[in-house]
Amino acid sequence: MLTTAFGLVFDPYVLAVIVGSAAFGLFVGAIPGLTATMATALLVPVTFFMDPVPAIAAIVTATAMAIFAGDIPAALLRLPGTPASAAYVDESYAMTRKGQLELNLGVNLVFSVVGGLIGTVVLVTAAPALAEVALNFSSFEYFWLALLGLTCAVFISPSSPLKGVISLLIGLGIASIGIDVTAGHPRFTFGSVEMMGGVSFIPAMIGMFAVSEVMRSVCDADAPLKLAQERIGNVFRGIGAVTRRYWKNVLRGSVIGTAIGALPGAGADIAAWISFAVSKKFSKEPEKFGTGHIEGIVDATSANNSALSGAWIPALVFGIPGDSITAVVIGVLYMKGMNPGPTVFMQAADQLYAVFIVFFLANLLMLPLGLAAIRLSGQILRAPRTVLMPIILMFCIVGAFAINNTVFGVGIILVMGILAWVMEENGFPVAPAILGMVLGELLEGSFMTSMIKADGDLLAFFHRPIAAVLGVATIALWLSPLLLRLLRKR
Amino acid sequence: MQRRHLLGVAGAVFGLLAAGSAQAAWPERPVTVIVPWGAGGGTDATARIIASLLEKELGKPFNVVNRTGGSGVVGHSAIATAAPDGYTLGMITVEINMMHWQGLTPLTYKDYTLIAQVNADPAALQVRTDSPYKSAKEVLAAAKANPGKLKASGTGQGGIWHLALAGMLQSAGIPPANVPWVPSQGAAPAMQDLAAGGVDIVTCSIPEARAMIEAKKAVGLAVMDSVRNPIFPDVPTLKEATGSDWSTAAWRGIAGPKGLPAEVQQKLGAALKKVYDSAEYKKFMADRGFGVVWKDAKDFDAFLAKSDADFGALMKQLGLAK
Repeated sequence: MLTTAFGLVFDPYVLAVIVGSAAFGLFVGAIPGLTATMATALLVPVTFFMDPVPAIAAIVTATAMAIFAGDIPAALLRLPGTPASAAYVDESYAMTRKGQLELNLGVNLVFSVVGGLIGTVVLVTAAPALAEVALNFSSFEYFWLALLGLTCAVFISPSSPLKGVISLLIGLGIASIGIDVTAGHPRFTFGSVEMMGGVSFIPAMIGMFAVSEVMRSVCDADAPLKLAQERIGNVFRGIGAVTRRYWKNVLRGSVIGTAIGALPGAGADIAAWISFAVSKKFSKEPEKFGTGHIEGIVDATSANNSALSGAWIPALVFGIPGDSITAVVIGVLYMKGMNPGPTVFMQAADQLYAVFIVFFLANLLMLPLGLAAIRLSGQILRAPRTVLMPIILMFCIVGAFAINNTVFGVGIILVMGILAWVMEENGFPVAPAILGMVLGELLEGSFMTSMIKADGDLLAFFHRPIAAVLGVATIALWLSPLLLRLLRKR
Repeated sequence: MQRRHLLGVAGAVFGLLAAGSAQAAWPERPVTVIVPWGAGGGTDATARIIASLLEKELGKPFNVVNRTGGSGVVGHSAIATAAPDGYTLGMITVEINMMHWQGLTPLTYKDYTLIAQVNADPAALQVRTDSPYKSAKEVLAAAKANPGKLKASGTGQGGIWHLALAGMLQSAGIPPANVPWVPSQGAAPAMQDLAAGGVDIVTCSIPEARAMIEAKKAVGLAVMDSVRNPIFPDVPTLKEATGSDWSTAAWRGIAGPKGLPAEVQQKLGAALKKVYDSAEYKKFMADRGFGVVWKDAKDFDAFLAKSDADFGALMKQLGLAK
């Protein structure tokens, strides 16, 4: 099986796709405002014409590169290239001001690679094992998993929980359009045949992540960027010393990152924030944080890259996305006939192992290509917005059309783009809405089928042992804010 | 207004010219083949192999386009409403005889120019490996004795495998309502739910059940066909297992919108027959475990008329028809 998998990856076409998407990912990641999710969304129409392995390899590589590349403008411009670098952008820039730009970029590169590799090891070992367990999951377990995922998305969202819930309900509302999963009855279709198919989430996501970003950049025309330092020296000097001093931080950051990545709704950005905070809390010299201190950056830059791999665990095993990138990936997997779920490890094992190999390859390739991106950063960062944005919009429209060969898809990206823009401008997080759209069908379908199986007995959700544990955990999570408040009053 | 009128006339003239030339030497440009189901599935795979072989046969590209959604309604509508010039064809599936009974669409098989049926996958009955029921007879006995106890799955509400189950029960004199149907997103998730203990029996085709059977998570008890399946020759037919004559299958065929020019029908029909008879097609289908069945336009039409009426009667009894 492994030889077949290697054969699938070490094919000139697949390798060319990997290198090409690496360059694309580095570019998108380095441009402030363009995110890794957007890189994924833009890749979808291109991958549409590829075999499953190169298609997924393109996404894996581009996102890994983008998350690292987001660190470059953070150091040079004090602007995070992707939200995943936002947690340590000030620290990073402070280092540049202290004349430690090279050390900072070197640490970002090397520990992004290490974090990505550790995350991948966890993915490769945990996912098949978890799938073995998940083979015993029925609709009762999936109902709780979906509910747990949606709950996490609301709790983790950075704004108020109320806004998170509203965003989630918007997503669930959109998910209910089309033919209902249980009874096969059309809902909210207004007699349109296209609407019967529902709002497919790939065009929806292209709209929410790419079109909304284009709209935002039209609204805030920003001043020309000014680089903090033009010449960049040897970035690998001093890495050895940092590794010896902070290797525990690398491990800790990677583990936290993978775990947070695996939580539905939380991705690389939240992984970086949390591991940065953890780093400060447990540091021997917390007073140095904020003055251009490398320690927190080591944690966070490992964490955001490991989170990428972690997010694939629930996505592959349960079809529940760990972050917004894997939300798009799930759509791609369905298009390629590699339907996520525990059986994918039986039905598409060769392809899946090929994808795992790509994860390793992409992270290793980050070292030379990332170095090239650092060298070229001056040129990349000068790419004019006024040229980029129209090109992106064009890609969005072509992509939305290509997915189902219908203008309806173009309509979806525009409507969803406007929706996402209005939501974000008013402080509503978009992630819960996405998760609602992706999980709405699973939530409803698993509830309805469970009820049919149990002849309407609600307690059946606690009859099976795993379902009972998941159910209790979910309810405990809901009650936790209340309980915490009560405890504090005492 | 007048300008628009002129444009309309010009368009009509060009349209006629184009149609005229189409009839002259079809195909003279690429042909689109619409598939109402997603890429990677069985219908998609069958359509793609046929398209690639037709391309060899007729010398022009045949491009497969997936138009998914709405339980097949979207894609089936797209085939029926395309221009009948021979440049948009499609693969229609068993659902065309069911969707209109459910009130999802007014479309029936009569809205197409039928070319030929190329495949049929009979329904089969599966249980979990550790199931207390070791044969189709035991399953039927349990269904008769304990109404509502056994739960079955395999596809969405009113889908082909739902009807396969209902027909099987009815043929054995058991009310179909004795085994409640648990709708699923398709055969693969239903088989997983079977393995996980969520449902007791799954009716779906052999190729769909194959992975779980080969992984020893499920066993096949009967095929609802007149002959055994070559992949699992140990699994008896329903007739052998229970004496019931019930048989049903999911089928796939090539069709175009209504009113396809006679020349196109003839040329396409002949090319399709060659494709069907080719070793490549037979090997591809055998490798995947898909059944091959050939019915030319006339037989296809007669088969569809009978099956449409049968499904209608069955779905009315199940309360699925509107």
